[in-house]
Amino acid sequence: MKLQQSSRLAIFALIELASDPERQVSVSEIGEKYDVSAHHLAKVMHTLGRAGLVRSVRGVGGGYRFSGNARRTSLLDVIMLFEDISADDAALDDHVTETPAQHALRQVVIEIDEIAKATLGAITISTMLKQIERSKNTNTREDVVTV
Amino acid sequence: MDEQARASKTVQNQTITIRKIEQADLDHVIAIDERVTGISKPDYWKDIYERFVTRRVEERFFLIAEATDEVSEFPVLGYVVGEVRAWEYGSEPSGWVFAFSVEPDTRLQGIGEQLFEAISVEFRRAGIKKMRTMVARENQLHMAFFRSEGMTGGPYLQLEKSLDD
Repeated sequence: MKLQQSSRLAIFALIELASDPERQVSVSEIGEKYDVSAHHLAKVMHTLGRAGLVRSVRGVGGGYRFSGNARRTSLLDVIMLFEDISADDAALDDHVTETPAQHALRQVVIEIDEIAKATLGAITISTMLKQIERSKNTNTREDVVTV
Repeated sequence: MDEQARASKTVQNQTITIRKIEQADLDHVIAIDERVTGISKPDYWKDIYERFVTRRVEERFFLIAEATDEVSEFPVLGYVVGEVRAWEYGSEPSGWVFAFSVEPDTRLQGIGEQLFEAISVEFRRAGIKKMRTMVARENQLHMAFFRSEGMTGGPYLQLEKSLDD
């Protein structure tokens, strides 16, 4: 599965902002970090703003702050703002006339689709932050377990 | 929001005890399971209890959460059950969690998190380095909980076949 760049950027931006909800971050700051144009990122942030996940801060040094609920916002919630990740085959209306082979393949695609959606729907921004923190501490933690 | 969650967890840490199940707790466990699943299965639970408190107890864990300092409306606030399983389809010994529940009226207070941590400690003491469980794909609440505790997709997939076909 490959996510569109907008979805990926939105997730990165939310992780950046939610890691410190008090901090305001400028579009250019995030753009530089992920090597993406401010123009593209501005459109992504606008969509996140409309969804209530970020709030723009005006004035000198303005930017964005996280305004969502990190424990309730899943990766799927974010991705669905930018793309429909349902497999095309799963959305076919013409089930009546499909051949047995088409039917069998559609079942396989639906199965994969459901697993992907269940996974993305269960991982929240908060869980992503924890995961990032864990991977930062991996070496330390292994030392503790060894001792 | 996270600050509030952390604060309530601190309060819970002071008032909740996690310990091994005793006979008097069993009916409360059966009741929680019935409230959550809608199915009463006393024989199943009595069998689990009998096996988990009398045999291979060094690698079988049936833990419950209870209020420490006060008389609670719910004598048992939650439970977790797991055991060390080895060599199923070549899998090295791992901690398998197969039952986990928190009283519905006392959720979002960190009880599940403490039960999860407690059974992790038991498995670690038993020399186990990997903990596994199974969760219904459509149960986003359970999936999100286990994910938030650091669980990820493992190397095994659960398969099934309808025998009516």
